[in-house]
Amino acid sequence: MARLASYLRAGLRLAVLLGVTALMAAPSFEAAAGVELPKLEKGKGEKCVEDTAFMRRNHMELLKHHRNETLRQGIRTTKHSLKACVECHASGKTGSVASSKEDFCVACHSYAGAKPDCWDCHATKPGKHSVRQAAQPAVSPLMPSSGGRQ
Amino acid sequence: MSDSMNSKLEDRRHFLKTSAVVAGVTLGPGVLFFGVAQSRAPEEGASSNQRWGMLIDTTKCGDGCSDCVTACNTENGLTGHTGPQDSQWIRKVDIKDLRTGYVQSLPMLCQHCENAPCVDVCPTGASMKRADGIVLVDRHSCIGCRYCMMACPYKARSFVHEPLTDQNPEVPRGKGCVESCTFCVQRVDRGDKPACVEACDTKGHKAMLFGDLKDPESEVSKALKSSDSVEVRADLALHTGVRYQGI
Repeated sequence: MARLASYLRAGLRLAVLLGVTALMAAPSFEAAAGVELPKLEKGKGEKCVEDTAFMRRNHMELLKHHRNETLRQGIRTTKHSLKACVECHASGKTGSVASSKEDFCVACHSYAGAKPDCWDCHATKPGKHSVRQAAQPAVSPLMPSSGGRQ
Repeated sequence: MSDSMNSKLEDRRHFLKTSAVVAGVTLGPGVLFFGVAQSRAPEEGASSNQRWGMLIDTTKCGDGCSDCVTACNTENGLTGHTGPQDSQWIRKVDIKDLRTGYVQSLPMLCQHCENAPCVDVCPTGASMKRADGIVLVDRHSCIGCRYCMMACPYKARSFVHEPLTDQNPEVPRGKGCVESCTFCVQRVDRGDKPACVEACDTKGHKAMLFGDLKDPESEVSKALKSSDSVEVRADLALHTGVRYQGI
């Protein structure tokens, strides 16, 4: 019996200890739930090509679709192109979308714990050929636009 | 020439004549209008009505000149180093006739084969040919196995061994993928010539002609029609998009 009583006492002590620990830990859980959303720099354009909430969830699908069309079929529209994203969202400070933790892509991806490898290959800064320029159909020196003068 | 060969040639001539008539549309008496390729809008994809190709005249290619190589490196963000682990999309090759000692210099690049062996062997479908004949690597699905490098008879492909930074935004490249000449697809899609061809023209050699092989009016088609040219390793029947003169 004495042994049982000592077990019970030990159990009680353990329960109290656990309770206290839980109480102490509680505020830190609350803090985790309250981590602030990343503060994103405003893009250079007037508004995004799609609704912000839609982009938050689906930008990766749009990019994936566009990359396949561009690479495999040679369709070079600019609405959902990564280059266009970079041009608009490159940071005013670093000139890039992924070189510091505050830059547009990285800020959100690090918050969400996502590690896409886009930047292993793709440039994080806008290039000299703007997509806005590219959007205008070019008159090609390779491909004469009128057959009459041939 | 044997009789059977002759009759084959006759057949071929006849076929070409007929197809020329079909391809052209009679506009008026004695006026034939061939469909001329238009510059395409961004939403229009690459079309099989075109086939990009190149004709390299080695007699015009400057001995010791490597402007095409430099232009390619600048356009595509290559270092220009020529070590065993460095990417080379175009390189100057000197060939020597051992009997006569005659040396020629020519640029060697991806030949953009119609029956590309690199596309055949790729286990993931990353190595691919666009509708207009440009052979590319889809780095999104390239696993870096390098089968294509072994399959290519022209040694045209390179593997990226080290992480890269500051790529040209139009030419994404990265570690772990195979790559090769793209005919500067980003320039061709906006209607420009590949960087190497432009550099050769600027230098005044004009040894490289680039254009649509399916357009009978294009400069390259006319040149191909009016003079002799060869494929390198024609025995493999890969029907390359790049042809050479003077070798």
